[in-house]
Amino acid sequence: MNTNIAVKDKPRKNALVMFIHKLGSPPWFYEFTGKLIPWLWLVFAVLAAWALYLGLVKGPADYLQGESVRIIYLHVPAAWMSMLIYSSMAVMAFIALVWRIRMVEILAMCSAPIGAAFTIVTLTAGSLWGRPTWGTYWVWDARLTSELVLLFLYLGVIGLYNAIDEPRKAARAACLLAIVGAVNLPIIHYSVKWWNTLHQGSSVSLLGGSSIDASILWPMLIMAFAVKFYYAANLLTRARVRLLEQDLRKGWVKDLIREQRT
Amino acid sequence: MNPEYAGGSLSGAFVALVRRDLLLAFRRRTELLFPVIFLLVVISLFPLGIGPSPQLLARIAPGVIWIAALLATVISLDALFRSDFEDGTLEQFVISGHPLTLIALAKIATHWLVAGLPIVLLSPLLALWMNLSTDSLSVMVVTLALGTPILSLIGSIGVGLTISLKRGGQLLSLLVFPLYVPILIIATAAVMAASDGLPYTQFLGLLTAGLITSVTLAPFAAAAALKISLS
Repeated sequence: MNTNIAVKDKPRKNALVMFIHKLGSPPWFYEFTGKLIPWLWLVFAVLAAWALYLGLVKGPADYLQGESVRIIYLHVPAAWMSMLIYSSMAVMAFIALVWRIRMVEILAMCSAPIGAAFTIVTLTAGSLWGRPTWGTYWVWDARLTSELVLLFLYLGVIGLYNAIDEPRKAARAACLLAIVGAVNLPIIHYSVKWWNTLHQGSSVSLLGGSSIDASILWPMLIMAFAVKFYYAANLLTRARVRLLEQDLRKGWVKDLIREQRT
Repeated sequence: MNPEYAGGSLSGAFVALVRRDLLLAFRRRTELLFPVIFLLVVISLFPLGIGPSPQLLARIAPGVIWIAALLATVISLDALFRSDFEDGTLEQFVISGHPLTLIALAKIATHWLVAGLPIVLLSPLLALWMNLSTDSLSVMVVTLALGTPILSLIGSIGVGLTISLKRGGQLLSLLVFPLYVPILIIATAAVMAASDGLPYTQFLGLLTAGLITSVTLAPFAAAAALKISLS
């Protein structure tokens, strides 16, 4: 107990630590992200436009897959994001449960719909890509199946969060579920991978096992970088709305509305 | 409650709780039988829907029996904490001073004894129905004996999270089925390997590893979930 008080009494000198602490406060968060979000959208738009120009206009079609290879610029970045968002959600859920920071709870919960959307995009784009290249919309391939289970995990988190009325209790319950899912996810992934090799023999391999040509690789990597900014912008926008909803009757929101009116 | 078990020790509390829950379960025998009857009905629907060809039934038997076991477990899971939550007993457990993890483990153990063990005992009959060969029949029973406790353990986390909801049952299935995927895969692979005459002990090893891991971790998560639901 004594050490706790000592730490609190000591003035915080580290500017970064101060900055992070301030972001935990709703008015600060609201103001700061309001300034940040337009820039995030701008970076995303520029990078995505550049990647799409390189990929769709400048880049050549694949000699084997033809024009359908261009789905890669949507499919692969979305697939990476679907997994990255789940892990970032689980990390935030852990922070939210341990330190009970409301802002992190909101951020973790706002990540779930974005991650689910990326998973749906991955599955849809993959299906449409599978039709011309593999000759079928769906195979029970290891990656497809784990992506589908990942979607179910996302839906579970979203479903639980929406089912409980009290927002903070809902967030804590869904955060715990996200962590349980994160612990299970590697086990699910490897069991599905191994199930697939057991049942199907050799699975279909993307791009015939050959390494990806630079003309395809670079636009894809730029796109993968661009969607990180999309995630940040989308997440912060959602978090701001959720914050306003929850704090509707608090002083800072009332002040904000008054400012907007004048 | 029997006074000699109501002492302060951890094992005393554990045994007392298991005894009480078993007694309560045996007072409500129809509820006790419901998952077993459900299992029988679901399994009997498969030959009706797919056709009575013995080879086909033997081929799909491991998957069918295991999926039916998953469904029967999820149906019975809702009763795990429900009555204790509704009449306030769960809150009394929390303030009793005993760790909630231990209480959760006792409730999960009882749930398995009441809902999981009957499935294991019934499985030879189900395997015969599905034309499973006698060699793979014993493997089927072993996978169920190792796997159904994992189902109860993982399921308890989902129940803990949904207990405060009025209609938590529908959500519960969405929460726990994705988590059951590895068990389903490993258990059915073991039975299929056995019916193909291939080695299967590695799968039983994996299932045992899963059982040990979930016994160690799941009660903590279930206790944390209950605390959130009670807050």
